[in-house]
Amino acid sequence: MTLHDFLFGAFIYLTAAAISVPVAKRLGLGSVLGYLIAGILIGPYVLGLTSGDDVLHFAEFGVVMMLFIIGLELRPSLLWMMRQSILGLGGMQVVLTAFFIFAAGLSFSLNWREALAVGLILSLSSTAIVLQTLRERGVMRSEPGQNAFSVLLFQDISVIPMLAMLPLLTVPDFWMGININEANASHSMIDNLPAWQRAPLVLGALVSIIVAGRYVLRPAFRYIAESRIREAFTAAALLIVVAIALLMETVGLSPALGTFVAGVMLADSEYRVELEMDIEPFKGLLLGLFFMSVGASVNFALIAADPLLIAGLVVGLIVIKLFVLYLLGRVFRMQVNSSLMFACFLAQGSEFAFVLFSFATQNVVLTQELANKLIAVVAVSMALTPLLLIAYDKLIARRLQAAPEEPEYDEIENGETPAIIVGYGRFGMTVGRLLAANGIGFTVLEHDPSQIELLRKFGWSVYYGDASRPDLLHAAGAEEAKLLVIALDDRDQILSVADAAQKHFPHLKIFARAYDRRHAFELMNAGIENVYRETFGTSLEMGKDALHALGFRAYKAHRLAQKFRTHDEQSLREMAKLIDDEEALITETHKAQELAERLMREDRQSAPDMDDTDWKAPPPELRERG
Amino acid sequence: MKILVLAAHPTLEASVVCRKLLAGIRREAGISVVDLYERYPDFNIDVAAEQKRLEAADLIIFQHPFYWYSTPAILKEWTDLVLEHGWAYGRTGKALEGKFLMNALSTGGSADAYGETGKNRFTVPEFLAPIAQTASLCKMSYLPPFVVFEGRRLEWAQLAESAGLYKDLLTGLRDDRIDPRALARYRLANNAAGKLYGVEAKPA
Repeated sequence: MTLHDFLFGAFIYLTAAAISVPVAKRLGLGSVLGYLIAGILIGPYVLGLTSGDDVLHFAEFGVVMMLFIIGLELRPSLLWMMRQSILGLGGMQVVLTAFFIFAAGLSFSLNWREALAVGLILSLSSTAIVLQTLRERGVMRSEPGQNAFSVLLFQDISVIPMLAMLPLLTVPDFWMGININEANASHSMIDNLPAWQRAPLVLGALVSIIVAGRYVLRPAFRYIAESRIREAFTAAALLIVVAIALLMETVGLSPALGTFVAGVMLADSEYRVELEMDIEPFKGLLLGLFFMSVGASVNFALIAADPLLIAGLVVGLIVIKLFVLYLLGRVFRMQVNSSLMFACFLAQGSEFAFVLFSFATQNVVLTQELANKLIAVVAVSMALTPLLLIAYDKLIARRLQAAPEEPEYDEIENGETPAIIVGYGRFGMTVGRLLAANGIGFTVLEHDPSQIELLRKFGWSVYYGDASRPDLLHAAGAEEAKLLVIALDDRDQILSVADAAQKHFPHLKIFARAYDRRHAFELMNAGIENVYRETFGTSLEMGKDALHALGFRAYKAHRLAQKFRTHDEQSLREMAKLIDDEEALITETHKAQELAERLMREDRQSAPDMDDTDWKAPPPELRERG
Repeated sequence: MKILVLAAHPTLEASVVCRKLLAGIRREAGISVVDLYERYPDFNIDVAAEQKRLEAADLIIFQHPFYWYSTPAILKEWTDLVLEHGWAYGRTGKALEGKFLMNALSTGGSADAYGETGKNRFTVPEFLAPIAQTASLCKMSYLPPFVVFEGRRLEWAQLAESAGLYKDLLTGLRDDRIDPRALARYRLANNAAGKLYGVEAKPA
């Protein structure tokens, strides 16, 4: 490929994406459908600018990256908690769907080997499309979202035994000459090894990923982070993904599975957020490329040759999937509404099907003709997923929506991390300790690696990163969080984090640390409601104790301090409006000080009065009555 | 009649009765609810704001659990600070004149426990004498209390019934369907259920 070819290809794909994705998104169709349509448009049957096949394999790397990112968000403990839905729901889904398709295949006069292969391959759903859609709709953490994810995870794992099983389904005469990894474009080093040697190698590869994730990668990342060169970190992050994918290919495992495991292993590490953010743009682009190449590879000639058959098969596939998924959703105690949503998400063929079908033809399990038709069916079913979900929104969700019961009171957030704390020094830590003591989860962002090291030794989970970048806030979970505590020690950084958070995550409640009055003014004028002057509380405490030491009764001193605080905070808000007018500010400050003195004096004088006239000794008119 | 409910429960999140009663009336027009412990966690009561609220209301309800035969501490502090001499009482204190005051409370003990022969020896209205007299001193009329007895032992259905009656009572007073003077003739507002308000009440 010459540079010109490469640039031309890139030009075509990027143009298609830049035009159709925003349009699709604006029409409420979601980005996945936008990419698919773009792919169809530039594909061989419309404009004929690309065939799609050339980039499909390359673009699959986007799926690998996506699973790495998904892994990063799933701590091992969480994965363990999900074991029931992964094995139960996922396992049942694959077995039942495969069985129904197998039965349908037999009735279409396929032999049992073909029917079984088709059933297994079509039981899978598209990880790429479903996860992208789940995230885009913000339902990743909902019940149907979590369950859909569990099913996808099981399916990804089950690809491995499927790859092993397909050659066994072949006609026995052909068995001897077949090489398991022929379908893979890469050349496995261990192809020629017998199975008993291969198994320990595969196991060893997985174990080495787990061990490296735990003990090698973290110090390495720390070393790189301390250099403070951003590109170096990005390069390292990409290197991890590429290296693991390569290792997995070599031992004949799914690269997506390998990077997923590595992601899970790094989910606890302080570099999770930064890693996620560095990989994200690559993943996004490659995934887009992947969807476009799926669109471009839809074989319209084949569909046009026998449209009724293909349409029938697509409908059959979707109906069987919907039926099985809905049933399982109900069996696993989801509401009708959630079950339907869950079913609509997963009712399509998988990108793995492209690989598996060509693998199956090479192993002479399926004829080329049948495989081509089924590949077209899978591609169409993938393209229909966004439409199916739109139909769900329009037709079902609205009708089933029971009147949402308003909670009487704010329930205490039980979500994973309702709060983000930026800056975990002497200020942020107290906030965090109080939250933690009350069982509230939060994500901490800190930009000093040595501070992180120290905090981690004390058992805090702290992440590395500069929070004034909106993408990092996003990766820290700003989308789902309710509260952002900005407790950095740099006044400009506090302002820029507050600014970024307000602009990109308007739903977040922001609590900001203010260095002094002037900084408090700036924050207030930037629209931050909750501003905490960093030494105000403590010095007020001291002032109160000073009054007490000078002879005021403790409760009196306490009341005066409360009054002073109320007044001071009010006047602070007033004065914030005058920040640019120094003269007015000075005048106002004097006025406020006078007012404070008057208030205090009043309280001092009225106290004995109040005590005597109102409470202890009733005034004359009361005595008359009482 | 405009109604102001001053709700005082230090652990509202764990309460059963108080929360259920509030849930029924929270979104009613013409009934405003102030959650005192939420508003003033440090007891630093904003006297001016509270007085303004009182001026706007015709009926003031103290809603609370019956702690040591009285209100939780914040209602006492509220009374001490807000009902100022010269404003609420005294020669020039006429701000509350003609308004109504009432308690809505929940007890741990049974109805039988409150009375001469019961283990608490006095009736609920007897225990509430200081509040009745506070009303009188502020030139307000004191209405008989609405009491949910044995709050902790109630079945869910009984609790829902109590909450329904409470809502009927308050909305009836709000819409002037219940004459406060007629209500004042009962020992407890509960006893007027089914007569002045509640499911069996016949529209007059």
